[in-house]
Amino acid sequence: MSTATTAIKAKQRPGDRVFSASAVFAGSMILVTLAAVALFLIVQSLPALVATNEEASILPDNFWSYVGPLVFGTVWAAALALLMALPVSIGIALFISHYAPRRLASVLGYIVDLLAAVPSVVFGLWGIGVLAPAVQPIYTWLVDNMGWFPLFSGPVSGTGRTILTAAVVLAVMILPIMTAISREVFLQTPVLHEEAALALGATRWEMIRTAVLPFGRSGIISASVLGLGRALGETMAVAMVLSATGALSFQLLTSVNPSTIAANIALSFPEAYGMNVNVLIATGLILFIVTFAVNAFARWIVSRRKEFSGAN
Amino acid sequence: MTTTMKPEPEAATATAVPIANSLTAGRLPTHAPWIILGTAIAVSAAVFAVLALAAGGGYNWGAALLVGALLYIPSIWLFSSLVEGGRRAMDRLVTALVTGAFVLAMIPLISLTITVVTYGLSRFDGEFFTYSMRNITGEGGGIVHAIVGTLLMTGAAALISIPIGLLTSIYLVEYGRGRLAQGITFLVDVMTGIPSIVAGLFAYAVFAIFLGPGVRLGIAGAVALAVLMIPVVVRSSEEMLRLVPNELREAAFALGVPKWLTIVKVVLPTSIAGITTGIMLSIARVIGETAPLLIAAGFTASVNYNLFADRMQSLPVFVYTQYANQGNPAEAYIDRAWAAALTLILIVMALNLIARLVARIFAPKFGR
Repeated sequence: MSTATTAIKAKQRPGDRVFSASAVFAGSMILVTLAAVALFLIVQSLPALVATNEEASILPDNFWSYVGPLVFGTVWAAALALLMALPVSIGIALFISHYAPRRLASVLGYIVDLLAAVPSVVFGLWGIGVLAPAVQPIYTWLVDNMGWFPLFSGPVSGTGRTILTAAVVLAVMILPIMTAISREVFLQTPVLHEEAALALGATRWEMIRTAVLPFGRSGIISASVLGLGRALGETMAVAMVLSATGALSFQLLTSVNPSTIAANIALSFPEAYGMNVNVLIATGLILFIVTFAVNAFARWIVSRRKEFSGAN
Repeated sequence: MTTTMKPEPEAATATAVPIANSLTAGRLPTHAPWIILGTAIAVSAAVFAVLALAAGGGYNWGAALLVGALLYIPSIWLFSSLVEGGRRAMDRLVTALVTGAFVLAMIPLISLTITVVTYGLSRFDGEFFTYSMRNITGEGGGIVHAIVGTLLMTGAAALISIPIGLLTSIYLVEYGRGRLAQGITFLVDVMTGIPSIVAGLFAYAVFAIFLGPGVRLGIAGAVALAVLMIPVVVRSSEEMLRLVPNELREAAFALGVPKWLTIVKVVLPTSIAGITTGIMLSIARVIGETAPLLIAAGFTASVNYNLFADRMQSLPVFVYTQYANQGNPAEAYIDRAWAAALTLILIVMALNLIARLVARIFAPKFGR
């Protein structure tokens, strides 16, 4: 119920009561849903946390030694994806907000958004069918010529379905949201700042460096954190593209790759039974906690600057 | 025409050297970038032609274009710094990089579209849309069961999430003050970032606790999709409701209209176009979700019209299972996967397109 802040009390009609009560109820449903997500996941995963190999056959030893490499793989793939997507998304956002002709800008923005509309399973098919074969020769070349660099050491994967390929697919998938947020913030740069920079003789790049980028810094940060959150939780594309062995390895181009939490759940869940199901749900709970923290951090950064109300 | 000029116009005027046109002095002509780009691609194409002749292999157009574009970036910087000086060279370099970033993002989109269409068309026939996969191994078969499942589960998810999402956004815009509203706004934002597979696990956990382990139901898939859909509906509707001018509400209040009637008769009709667009976009978003349905609804080869009994197939899961569980001949399974992917993309694109059209056609006609 909204408590009246004015001196005059509005007459309460039954329609008003019903309507506002149902609005409040619906709003509280959001809280209830999130609490239920957390609660049900916790209830189902508690037995798995103390399970041993005898109870759950997919555990090598105990739960934590099972989930460790998965957490590593999740963070490693997401970080690689972010590393690739960040400069490109800033570039696209700048292109749309400050370089493209005004008339074209909204159309170009829409085209980039189309990437977000492609279902992840289609990205997975594309990653296996097109991307992996296309980059495999490049990987061979990299291993042959740059093998001294620790990340590129061999032996090269014959299929191209390595963690780097998965990260490229992830990067493509998180580009649209990162671009959308950065673009939104860049467009909110005060025009007077830009014109002042140009009037002082700055080139377009100098104007962007001195006026647009400092203004958009928090937007860029929150865009990258949100992109990171998406990359952490992305499932099908990774599950299909990555040929995972579950090993802890930093090498980008070999056929020995760590799996990610989400991909591992998708691959193992359909055949899981008994305690294995609880183990997988427990890994999902860890993913939920990590992404919740990452997203909350991103939203906190956004909300520190209220001007970016449209950035979501 | 400017090659004989000194690089700095100011210096040129100071030493009174005759200038053809002082405005263009010291600048590359406007068509120079295009000439440099063309030359770079031509050079790269020539190099690749020589390589292809030497190796005897086929000509790699993609690599030639890519290397040509990469070659353009340092060459525009070099020419510009020779003629225009370091600052403008930097500007041109950044312009090239920024444009390059956009072109780079277009490569996967174009490649994906071409692949899905070319591979997908081979099984995009009548049988594909009139058969299910029941009793079918190898060639033939279709996606009727997947389409039925997708429609039922997405429909049920929409039935759950549209009322909740819309009422929540009304609460946030019209009623919400104080801590509860702040908390809901924050949690809705966070909820948009829930990984889809976690939503699937949640739906499974809920139904498994009440119905025993190993449960796979269409309604569980719908619940998982609703968890993903609600925050999107809330965010888009909230934005649209906030666009309704306060004057309209005040005019209604001044006429003595109760608040709930104001919302139903004034606020909602004004923003209905935007809300419809948002809802359609949210449907387009969840209709392509694979992971939650794989977990909560499972997969099957038969048509299932009942949300509350047995497993239910859906289009994205069909794509995945056809790819993941290939039989003999494998070609038939891969072709079906691509054809289903094409169907899925067409549905999503159609939803997107219709949503934008709705927004454009039914947008309120007052001052914009």
